[in-house]
Amino acid sequence: MKKEPASAAAGGNASRFHNDLVYIRQHWQLYLLFMMPAFLLTVIFRYIPMGGIAIAFTEYNPIRGILGSEWIGFENFTRFLSSPDFMRYLMNTLKLSVYGLLWGFPAPILLAFLLNRVLSSKTKQKIQLVLYMPNFISVIVLCGIVRVMLSPTGMINSLLGTNTNFMTMPSAFRTIYIASGIWQGAGWASIIYTAALSNASEELKEAASIDGANIIQQIKAVEWPAIKDTVLIQLIMSVGNIMSVGFEKAYALQTDLNLNTSEIISTYVYKKGLLDGDYGFSTAVGLFNTVINLVLLISMNALVRRMNEGSGI
Amino acid sequence: MNTKKKTVFQKYSAEDKAILIGGYVILGLFVVAIILPMIYIILASFIDPVTLQNSGLTFDFSKWTLTAYERVMSNEQIWVGFRNALVYSVLFTAISVIVTLLAAYPMSRSDFRGRGFFNTIYVITMFFGGGLIPTYLLISNLGMLDTIWAILLPGAFSVWNMIIARTYYMGIPKDLQEAASIDGATEMIYFFRILLPVCTPIIATIAMWQFVGMWNSYFDAMIYLNSASKQPLQLVLRSILIQNQPEPGMVSDMQSTAERAQLAELLKYATIIISSLPLMIMYPFFQKYFDSGIMAGAVKG
Repeated sequence: MKKEPASAAAGGNASRFHNDLVYIRQHWQLYLLFMMPAFLLTVIFRYIPMGGIAIAFTEYNPIRGILGSEWIGFENFTRFLSSPDFMRYLMNTLKLSVYGLLWGFPAPILLAFLLNRVLSSKTKQKIQLVLYMPNFISVIVLCGIVRVMLSPTGMINSLLGTNTNFMTMPSAFRTIYIASGIWQGAGWASIIYTAALSNASEELKEAASIDGANIIQQIKAVEWPAIKDTVLIQLIMSVGNIMSVGFEKAYALQTDLNLNTSEIISTYVYKKGLLDGDYGFSTAVGLFNTVINLVLLISMNALVRRMNEGSGI
Repeated sequence: MNTKKKTVFQKYSAEDKAILIGGYVILGLFVVAIILPMIYIILASFIDPVTLQNSGLTFDFSKWTLTAYERVMSNEQIWVGFRNALVYSVLFTAISVIVTLLAAYPMSRSDFRGRGFFNTIYVITMFFGGGLIPTYLLISNLGMLDTIWAILLPGAFSVWNMIIARTYYMGIPKDLQEAASIDGATEMIYFFRILLPVCTPIIATIAMWQFVGMWNSYFDAMIYLNSASKQPLQLVLRSILIQNQPEPGMVSDMQSTAERAQLAELLKYATIIISSLPLMIMYPFFQKYFDSGIMAGAVKG
C-alpha cells in the first residue's frame, strides 16, 4: 500500500465503482420505483426554472425564447436598484418582516409558557382547541374577516363608535398584517414549544418548587433551558425567511390606497412580470430577493453556531 | 378534582399567585380575541343588510334574515369552487403523499448509494429556486397552463415532508427489515406490507398538511387557471371577499347601488361562514395528529 499509493487509490476507486454498480443492480427498485418520481419532479419543476434565471440578464422576448432574446447583462438589476421605488419596496418588505418577527416571534413562546401553567389538563386542551383553530382558516378568508371587521361599518368601528376605513390607510397596513398574523398563527406555532416544555419533566419542576424556587426562578432554571434549542432553531428559520414575506396575504390585503406601505418585492414581481409582461426585469427582482434571503440565512446560521458552541442547522 | 386543584394552587406564594393570575388573564384575553370576531361574523351573517349597515348587530329578531345564505348557496359558482377544491385537494394529497413517502424510503437507508447526492439535490431546492417567472414560463412551455397539472405537479414533492418521513422511518426498529429480507421480501413488499402500516401517524399528518395547504391556497390557481369552470373555492371567495365583486346574480336584482353595496357586504359574512365550515368541523378530529407531526418535524430542524 505504502509503496504504490497511486495504483492502490486507482484500484480502490475502480472497485468502489464496481461495488456501486453491483449495489444498484441488486437494489434497482430503490432507484427506479422509489426515487425516480421525486427526482424527476425536482429536476423538472425546480432545476429547469433555475436555468431560466438567465432571463434576468436578457431583454426577454417570449417569442424568441431565452437564447434568441437580447443579452443585456446586469441592466435589469441596475434599472431596479436605481429606480426611485426600489428603496420603498425593499423597506416595505424588510419592515413588514422585521416588525412581524419582533412581535410575532415571542407571541407563541409566551403562549406556551402560559399554557404550561394551566393546572387542569382538560381546560388546557379546550384552550388549545380554540388557539389552533384560526390556523385552518385560509388566507383569503382571513383577509376577508379582516376586511369586514375593519370596514367602516364593521365590528371594530362599532366598538370604537367611529367609521374609519382602515383598509385604505397606508399607516395601518403593517399593524393589520402583523396583528392578523399573530391572531391566526401564534396558537399553532406554540405547539412546538408546548411539546418541548412538557418534556421538561414535571418532577424536575416539582423538585425546584420544593427547594422554594418561585415561578420566575423555575422558568429560568427548568423551563427556559428546555425550549432554548427549539427557540434558536425557529429563530434561524424565521430570520432566513425574512425576505420571503408571504405573497398571498400581502396581496389580499392590498388596496389601491395603501400601496405606499403594502407593495412589497414579491407583489411587485408578480405585477411587473405576469400583469405587465416585463419578464426579464421581474426575474431580476425576484433573483435579488432570493439572494438576499440566502445571505441572511447563511449568516444567521453562522452567528447562532458561534453563540451556541457549534449547533446550528 | 376541584379540591385537588385548589391545594396545588395554594402551594404558590402570594407573589407567584399574582404572576399566575396575570398569566391567566393574558391567556383569557387571547382566547376572547380569537372567539369574538367569529361570533360577531356568525351573528352578523343573519342580519338584514340595511340594519347591519346602519346600526350593526341587533337582537331584534324581526331584523334577522336568511337572505345572505339563500343567495350564496343558490349561486352555482360557489359549488363549482367547492367541487374543484375537493378534487384538487384529494388528488394533490394522494400524489404528494405517494411521491414523498416513496422517496423518503431510500433516503432512510444507511446503505443507499447516492444518498448524499440526492440529499444535496433536494435540500438546495429548499433555499434556492428559479422564482415566479421562470417557473411560469416552464409551465407555459409544457402546455400545462389552464390544466389541473399546473396545480398538482409542481409542488407535489415536498422536501420538508420527505425529511420528516425519513426521520420517522429511521425510528422503526431494524429487526423488522432484517426479518423481511430473510424472508426474501422485495423492497416493494417490505415497504407496503411492513413499513407503511407502522407509519400511519406520520402519513396522516403529512396528508393533513397537504390537504389543508391545497384547500387554502389561491396563488397557483390564480396564475395558472383562467377558466371559470376550473376555479377552486379560494378564487371564488377572493372575488367576493377581497375584490368586492360578488358573483353575477347574487346582488344584481337590487335596484340602487347603495342596496347592492349593503347586500354585498352582508354576503361576505355568510360566505366566510359557509366556506370555513367544512375545515372547522373536521379540524377537532385530526387534532390528535398535531403534536406527533410537529414534533417529528422538530427533530431534524
